[in-house]
This record gives sequence, C-alpha cells and structure tokens, in this order.
Amino acid sequence: MRDSIGAALRHDSALRHATGRARFLDDMAEPAGMLHAALASAAPAHGRVLALHLDAARAMPGVIRVIGPADIPGENDIAPIGSGEPMLADPLVEHAGQSLAIVVARTRDQALAAAAAITAEIEELPPVLDIATAWERHSWLVGPFTMAQGDAVAALEASPMTARGEMHLGGQEHFYLEGQIALAIPGEDGDMLIHSSTQHPTEGQHVVARVLGEPYHRVQVQCRRMGGAFGGKESNASWVAAAAAIAARLTGKPVKLRLPRKLDMAATGKRHPFLYRWQVGFDASGRVLALDAALIADGGHSLDMSAGVIMRATTHSLNAYSVPALRVLCGAVKTNHVSNTAFRGFGGPQGAMLMDDVLGHVAAAAGLDVETVRARNFAGGENPAQTPYGQALEGDLIRRVYAEARADAGWAERMASIETFNATHPTLRRGLGCFVSAFGVSFGIPHLNQAGALVHVYTDGSIRLNHGGTEMGQGLFIKVAQVVAQVFSVPIESIGITATSTEQVPNTSATAASTGSDLNGWAAYHAAETIRGRMAEVAGLHFGCAAGDVRFEDGEVLGASGNQRLVFSELAKLCWKSRVSLSATGFYATPDLEWDMQEVRGKPFFYFSYGAAVAEVVIDTLTGEHRVLRAHLVQDCGQSLNPAIDRGQIEGAFIQGMGWLTSEELWWDRAGRLRTLGPSTYKIPGSRDVPPVFTTRLLEAAPNPARTIFRSKAVGEPPLLLAAAVWNALKHAAGTPHLDCPVSPERLLAARG
Amino acid sequence: MTETRIAFTLNGADVTLPEGTRPTTTLLDWLRGDAGLPGTKEGCAEGDCGACTVVLEDGAERAPINACLAVLGQLHGRGIRTVEGLGADHPLPALLAEADGTQCGFCTPGIVMAAWAHTRAGGDGHAALAGNLCRCTGYRPIMEAVERMADDGATAAPFAARAAAFAAPGQAFFAPTGLAEALALRAAHPRAWLLAGGTDLGLRFSEHREHPAEVIFLGNVVELRGAEAGPRGLRIGAAEPYSSLLALCEGDFAPLAGYFARLGSRQIRALGTLGGNLGTASPIGDALPVLLALGAVVETSARRLPVGDFLLGYRRNALAADEIIVAVDIPRPPPGALLAAEKLSRRHDQDISAVSLVAVIERAGETITAARLALGGMGPTAARAPAAEAALAGKPFTRDVLRAAAEKLAEDFRPMDDWRGSAAWRMRAARGLLERLWLRHAHPELAAEPFAVPA
Repeated sequence: MRDSIGAALRHDSALRHATGRARFLDDMAEPAGMLHAALASAAPAHGRVLALHLDAARAMPGVIRVIGPADIPGENDIAPIGSGEPMLADPLVEHAGQSLAIVVARTRDQALAAAAAITAEIEELPPVLDIATAWERHSWLVGPFTMAQGDAVAALEASPMTARGEMHLGGQEHFYLEGQIALAIPGEDGDMLIHSSTQHPTEGQHVVARVLGEPYHRVQVQCRRMGGAFGGKESNASWVAAAAAIAARLTGKPVKLRLPRKLDMAATGKRHPFLYRWQVGFDASGRVLALDAALIADGGHSLDMSAGVIMRATTHSLNAYSVPALRVLCGAVKTNHVSNTAFRGFGGPQGAMLMDDVLGHVAAAAGLDVETVRARNFAGGENPAQTPYGQALEGDLIRRVYAEARADAGWAERMASIETFNATHPTLRRGLGCFVSAFGVSFGIPHLNQAGALVHVYTDGSIRLNHGGTEMGQGLFIKVAQVVAQVFSVPIESIGITATSTEQVPNTSATAASTGSDLNGWAAYHAAETIRGRMAEVAGLHFGCAAGDVRFEDGEVLGASGNQRLVFSELAKLCWKSRVSLSATGFYATPDLEWDMQEVRGKPFFYFSYGAAVAEVVIDTLTGEHRVLRAHLVQDCGQSLNPAIDRGQIEGAFIQGMGWLTSEELWWDRAGRLRTLGPSTYKIPGSRDVPPVFTTRLLEAAPNPARTIFRSKAVGEPPLLLAAAVWNALKHAAGTPHLDCPVSPERLLAARG
Repeated sequence: MTETRIAFTLNGADVTLPEGTRPTTTLLDWLRGDAGLPGTKEGCAEGDCGACTVVLEDGAERAPINACLAVLGQLHGRGIRTVEGLGADHPLPALLAEADGTQCGFCTPGIVMAAWAHTRAGGDGHAALAGNLCRCTGYRPIMEAVERMADDGATAAPFAARAAAFAAPGQAFFAPTGLAEALALRAAHPRAWLLAGGTDLGLRFSEHREHPAEVIFLGNVVELRGAEAGPRGLRIGAAEPYSSLLALCEGDFAPLAGYFARLGSRQIRALGTLGGNLGTASPIGDALPVLLALGAVVETSARRLPVGDFLLGYRRNALAADEIIVAVDIPRPPPGALLAAEKLSRRHDQDISAVSLVAVIERAGETITAARLALGGMGPTAARAPAAEAALAGKPFTRDVLRAAAEKLAEDFRPMDDWRGSAAWRMRAARGLLERLWLRHAHPELAAEPFAVPA
C-alpha cells in the first residue's frame, strides 16, 4: 500500500506462468475461419530474383493464396526508420533467409509445405560477409561518425609508450523462447486488429498501415505479453505482423503467422558484431594519454536500427574511463547478413568493451597489473569526469561499485588462491577479472523519450491500468502497477493490469533502452495523480475540508480530522454520483535531453547507471574449455522500485551477456548462410553454466540524483555489460591481453598460442 | 489382439483418439491443438529447449520427455502428465513463482514438469534441468526453487505394452510387441521407417513436418527391451532408453557415467536408444565411441557382429532390409585397465560433441600393454585410432608418450570444419583429450570433473 514502492513483489503473472495458465499469443483461442501463413525464403545471400515460381505452391492442398511482392496492397516496405527495406525481396535478395513470398493455407503444415515448394530463379551476386571487406569498400550504412577530444594524433606521437590492437566481437541471437508470431484479424471498412508479440506496438501499427495502404487509425496492435524479446521483437516483430496483415487483407480471413525456430533465426536480426582497431598512447603509470580507435559494426543488409546502435556504441566507447585526447571513429557497414537490430544494450556493451581491450594491452606493455591501470584511468577523481561528448560521469559511484564488487569477491584472497592453484595444477589455469560499467539511460534519439498512460478507477474501487510499455518478462507491468498503487495507497491487487494496445495509448515508443519503467512509471503516475486530485476534491467537499488536507492511506481516504474516513471504493462511488471523471491519461517526456549525432555532442542521457562485477574462471589448457566459477555483481538501481524484479534483471542479463561472450556463436558458411540455427547448434547458457558462487547486490543508499520515478534507475540493459568480467577473467587465465569473442574453446587455445 | 485406436492416459484420464488420427502427429501438436491444453509450449521443435516437457508416468516412475519429439503412435498405452495435470493447488508452481523463478514465463511450464519428474528421480538439479533452457532468469532462482521441491507421492498405473496398428489417411503405423511380429512387418513393409525413441527421427516429424507412409515402432518389442549388467558386461536392449544404460554405469563402467550423463538431457535419454543411434548411424552419436573402444557386439535378429563392422560410414550401416537390431553387448574393460570417456562441446550439458574420445588402456604397472581409442567428431563416423593406439602399446604411461601418440592422430583422422569447430582445433583438442588420459592415470586424486568448484 503506502509501501508499494520498493516492495519485492513478484511478477504479476508468475503463478500463471508456472501453472501454464498465462496465455501467450499462440495459446489464445483461434478465431473461426483462421488461416495460417508461412514464408518462402531465399537461399543465396546476394542475388537478383529473375523469376518467382508460385504456381506449384498454389496447387498444393489447402492453399488459399500465394502472395508475391506485386500483390502487396500498400508499399513493399517494412523499414522501422526511414524507408527502403522490402517485406518481400524485389528484385534484390540481400541476405540468406530473406522472404520471397507469403503462402496462406488452411493449416500451418499446408502453408509450410507450400512455402517449401516455391522456387525462384536467382542470379547470384558475390556477397560481402565480413566487416573488414565492407569497411575497405566504404560501404557505410551508418556514419562514420567521429567523437574527438583534443589532438589524438599529436598526443599519440608525444606518448612515452604506445600499443595497438584489433579485436573481433561476435553477434548474438536473441533466442527468445517464444518465437516471432502475429495474428491479424480483418474487420470492416479496412480495420485490422493485430495480436503481435511485440515490444513496439506503435511501430507495428505504422508498418502494417504502410503495407496495407491504410491510415494508422485503421490498425490496432495489441500485446498482452511476450515470451522473451531482448530487442528482437522491435522491428522484427513489425514485419512479421505486416506479413500476417497482408495475408489477412488479401484473404479476408484472420491469419496467424508463427515462424518456425530455424526460419526465425535465419530471417531476424541479431546483435551487431563489431571490429575494433585502435592505437593507444600511455605513460609508465598506465595512464592512457591518447586513443585513436575505430569501432565498426556489421549492420547487415539494411539500416534497421543500426543508427541508434552506433550512437550508443560511440557514446559508450570510453565507458567509465577518461582519455584526454582521442579520436573514435564509429559506423556500421553493409554486408549480406540479416539486418542486425536491437539487442539488450543496443551497442553499449560493444562500445564499452573497447577500453577493457585497450587497458589490458596497456597493462601488458607497461608491465603493470591490469587493475592498477583500470583504477588509474577511471573518470573522475584525479581525472576529468566529463565524457568527450559533454556529459558528466559520477566518478565516486564508479569507484564505489568497483570497490564493493572487489570486496564482495574477496579479490586479494582469490588472487592468492588462484596463483597457488596455477603454480601446481598440471593442466588447468584459473583467472580473475573485473568489469566496471557506466551505462547511459534514455533513448539516444531525444524525442523517443516520451510515454503515455491511461488509468480508470471504477465505482467498486478497482483500478484499470494501461500504458504504452510492453511486458516481455522484465516485470514492467508490476512495477508500473506499484507506482499506481502507491499514488492511491491501495493494495496492489486493486490494480488491473491490461494488454498494451495502440487503441488505448497512442504514439508510443518501443519498450526498449531500459526506459520502460522510467517513462511509463511517470506517465502512469501522472494519470493516477490527476484522478487522485479530482477524488481529493470530492472527498474535501464531503468531509468539509480542503482537498489538500485529504490523505489516501492504506485503502482509505481520510479528512482533516482523524475520524473522517471513507474506504477508497466509497469515495470512487461518491465521485461517480458527483459526476466527476474517474478516468485520465498521463504523459511524460524526459526533460533536458539534447543530442547532435553529427558533432557527437550533447546530453543524450538523463542519467548513468553504474555497475561492477568480478568473475573467476578456470580454463583447460588441453582443450580450451572453460567454466565460470564465481561471479559477484554490484549494480546501481537507484532507489529500486522492486528489488526482486531488479535482481532478476541483473542476474538474467549477466548470464545472457556471458553467453554472448562465450558459448553463443553465430557461424556462417562461405555462402553466407547461418548454420547455427536452433538450440541444437546455437548454445545459450544452461543452468550448469551459472557460476556456482554467484552473488548479486543492488547498490545501497544510492537514490538517483536525476528526478526519475521515485528516484529509481533503469535495470534492463546495464547489467548485461558486467558479463565482460568473464572475458577479462578468461584473458587472465589464458595469460594474454588479446581474446576475441565469443571465447570458444578454439579461440581460447589459439590465444594461448 | 492388435488394437487399432491410439489410447493413453492423459493427466489421469483415459483418452482414446478417433480412428484415423495420424500417428506421427507429435504429442505437442496434439496437446496444443485437439486437446486444448496450451500450457505445454513449443520453443524449438527439435528437442533442445525443453519448453514442451511433459512427463511419462509408469507406476512410481516418472520420465520427462520432449512432447515435440514424441509422436502419438508411440505413446499408445502410456500415461502422460502435462502442466495442466498437476492440479490447481500443486505446490511446485507456487514454489517457482515465489522464488522469482519466472520472468517471461514461456519456458516455465516445461521447467515445472522437468522439476516434477526430478522430485521423484532425484540426483543433481542441473542434470534435471539440462534439457530446459531459460533465457530470462539466469537460472539461480529456478535452481533454488527446485532445491525446495519435494515429491508429492503421486503414482500412476503401470505401463504394459499392447500390440497395436493404427491407420490414418496416407499412413500405417505398427507398434508390435514381439520380435517375430516386428520382423514380419519389416518383411511386409520394407520401406517402413523403423522408429525407436524418436530423438533423431522425431525431428523429421516435428521440424521437417514429414509424415511417412509406413512406420514400425520398435519401442514396445519385448526382445528389444531391458538392460542388465552381467559378469561379462552390459547387455542393452536396442530399444531400451539411454536412461537405463546410464543407470548401469557403475563399478567397471563408472567412468562412463559422467559421459553418458552428458548425452542429451534427461528428456532425450528417456526416449533415445542405442539401437536408434546404431540404426541411423548418425555421426554425432555419443554412444558409438564407447561401443568401439570397448569392442561391443551388435546383435541383430540374424547375426552378431562387432560394432566396427556394423558402422559403414556417414549414416550408413550394415543392417539388412530384413533385419532388426536386437541388443548390444558391451564387454567389461579388462581388469586394471583405464577406461576414460571424454567429451568436448560448446556447452557442458545438452550439446552435441565437437570431439569425443573413449579410451581403454590396459596397463601393467606404469607400462601400457594395449590401447583402444575411439573418437567421435573427427570424421564422417566415429572410428578407432590405430596409429595412436600403436604409439601407446608397450610404452610407459607418461605424459610424453601420450603427447607423442597424440601427434599420430593426424594419421588416423582428417576432421572437418563446421560450426562446432575447425578441423585444426578439433585435431588439437583431440590431442589434448589424449593427453588428459595421462592426467587420469597419474593424478587420480584430481577431480574427475576438470572443472570442479574450488573450495
């Protein structure tokens, strides 16, 4: 009630999840006459469609309609930002797995069989499959942008010591357990209702409207919950919804499209792989004096959201460190891979690993301990706290999370134990590593930082809450419900949580960039505050006191004197009788944001979230296998809205990040086809991979100095970066500062030489 | 009498499917479709994510399986429990929920069912969940909840196989209970798919959506069932699931326990069979190097032959069109021999081997008298390593000797590049595995699990 904020309430759907009663999209009762869609996709990574043979599919059992690019009622364009990304290849095929046609049939098996029967004559063109080649050809999708400070070239020349490096960092498949799915239900007069497993209902609405050639108001997109998303259900969910909508429009029937796992993995974007090349100048103390670096991402074949990823990689490329003179070139190149997309951290993790690559080499070259070099280069303290783009970091928080994580780990004791072990074991080597992160919170595009909510109070005192944020398992719905329960001082059970819908709250941003509770929490707060104010007026009249003296406490409403009280539902009914509205919208726009991407300057983030981790690993020098033995995480969540939810986000993000950097490898063959399709070949962490000793702490007594909702901080993405501690520990164990990711047994053995 | 309608017990209630129900429809599709039980989820349709986990009940026994791989015809007479069948007030879902063990919730029903089977089977919690992926939580709260879960004591009717033959449009599915009957069916239907557990073939139903005209399901053939340890070794029925083999990995065979515990997951081991592995001659079967190194003999309905003669190449074997694999005899290692089974994979659990090595090294004191080495992942099929074996025979059991023998692997194998590793790494890692045998011999005090948690 009054203590709703900060309570460790469990996920609102937890028991329904565990009993199988939570309904995901594919579990919903199917509308009468519903048809199934399937996609035919291209085999080559690059080519020109000369002919598409659809007749064989048309003749297959149960097939109702086969849809080629010319049949699309509106535009053949699913670009989430801008334009020029085709729903169906026409005529260029730019990645293996790109959609060629949509088949609609009575059953899913019939649709899949007919889609498999579609053939295309494709004149194959040479594909570009690696970053370096595309970079040499200046094949830019985004940028390049340059973040500069001082004269990096001159400072490099003047530095007592220099080093250079090149590092490859792989991509990552989201592997949401629930694959991409949409159900499109045509209504009258051009209406289209879309049930979509999406993080971005509004974008889905826009893309569906575009492919149908309808105004936005004809399209409603709705999502109750997703079975995981992690960034993979922004733009990729939109085109899946668009394909279902086209099929529904052309058949006049409800159509469901659920991608089989392998097609899902072949046809949807991943985390951007990066290539780093850098030169660093430093002194004997390990202080970095100059850095000249390039961070180049594989954007895949189209823009998608690569611009935002590059923005975040650029702004996070110094992470928690200060470098007096630098030049960081950052951009995304075009390849014939699937179009890479948002993935938890959105370029931030990739950017933030640059400095740890650099610092490791500096330590090796200067003959210093890497932790000495790390501490020497933290932003703040004796070094400037200002980021190169002009926003300040909090050096004291950087040092605090670092010190606490090391204390939790018992750093010195572990290091001594590791040294003893390594001196005696015939084949195994242990290693210890640390990582500190400063993650900027806000969408990198200032205008996206807005949210809306809609709250109704009913005459029985129950409250219905709707907002623009979506639930993908991260616990957003319970957190926002806690905010509303706090405003009215009612039990959490009074708050009815509802599906996200473009019909309830329009023009929303994606639930992304960790901003879900920051934005929607405030929007819901404002809606609830509006209603609470009106209710206080009614209560004041009833009690004969000023509205300002009315208090909402523990499900009751109290007047100025102690014996004046109404239960909340009585006041709701009184408001109705008094003909006072019990419904309100709320809106929020994050204040004080500005950003100039061309100049790489401004204040793009409302605040930073800080975290630190220590990891201990053991490697087998015979085979290159490794295991993470211990991990100790400290994450700054401000004044947590819900510590149980936040802990779940921290732990889950760490393990997901660990998978990205270790076991998860995307392997393309020479023809540009992804061959790690499905969990039999693409290995996300299992329960045994979790460090047997694994502690997680929310930084205590650290309210957000920025005016966030109840002084909380975002938590979705920042802790993913902490997994880089595992990478650093592996470097320590392997005795090398250079280690490409993901750290497969093969790369680990190769790094040892 | 041969039964003609698929019948089983679902969540305690008898279910008989209509005539004409397609027997190769997966249990998952049927549960989510006709049965109207969408609690069981599809995450991958290839038996690797566990979101579709349901439990086979047989008296007091519980075996978790992947509903995406099992087909209706093979479940005739079985007892099946899904998440809906635990009942509204069962404590397990509540324990998981209270531990914050769910985030998106999509993997959760499968985890609940794997855990429910585990409360009966016991053992290592990670082994219990090796077949269940969660992408959200990082597992810590799930494992804590699993530790708190207790057996509810419920039992079900015992399973008794009943001969059956099911017909559906375009499909005939036979489920004989005797070998003679199975052989007669094989003779009458030479093109029929032979289905054992379905962990390999099941992908063709589940993922590739194939529906063959004729299937002979061998899982209920009594002569093909059973697993026993005798004085000369193990005899494993061709249609006996791997879980039975794992249970016999003790005494002389104890060094195989860790290896077979990494073959698939509990779900896979509850269905998958040695006979199926030999029958499909899949190059990625972990059992084959064990059989080769120990000199196992394949017994078919017609003959007995060494496993090395049975396997002919990539997905090719010596099985004749009128033959059925009955059992495999696995001899005990010679007294005093070092038996070791090593597996390299990207992930420890539920992963296909990149390289595997099974070694039987006979020793007299510090001298190697004979060595049998079999490797998987180094070529189109699992195979012995004659050059490396020769380099060990008669030599002292030293690290240098193992290293020298490891160099000989290059004469024995020409591995290939793929997503599990490059040819060069495979060769290097295989050499490392051979060198690890020295560690097993010289440092038995070191943990058998190289990655034991430090105290």
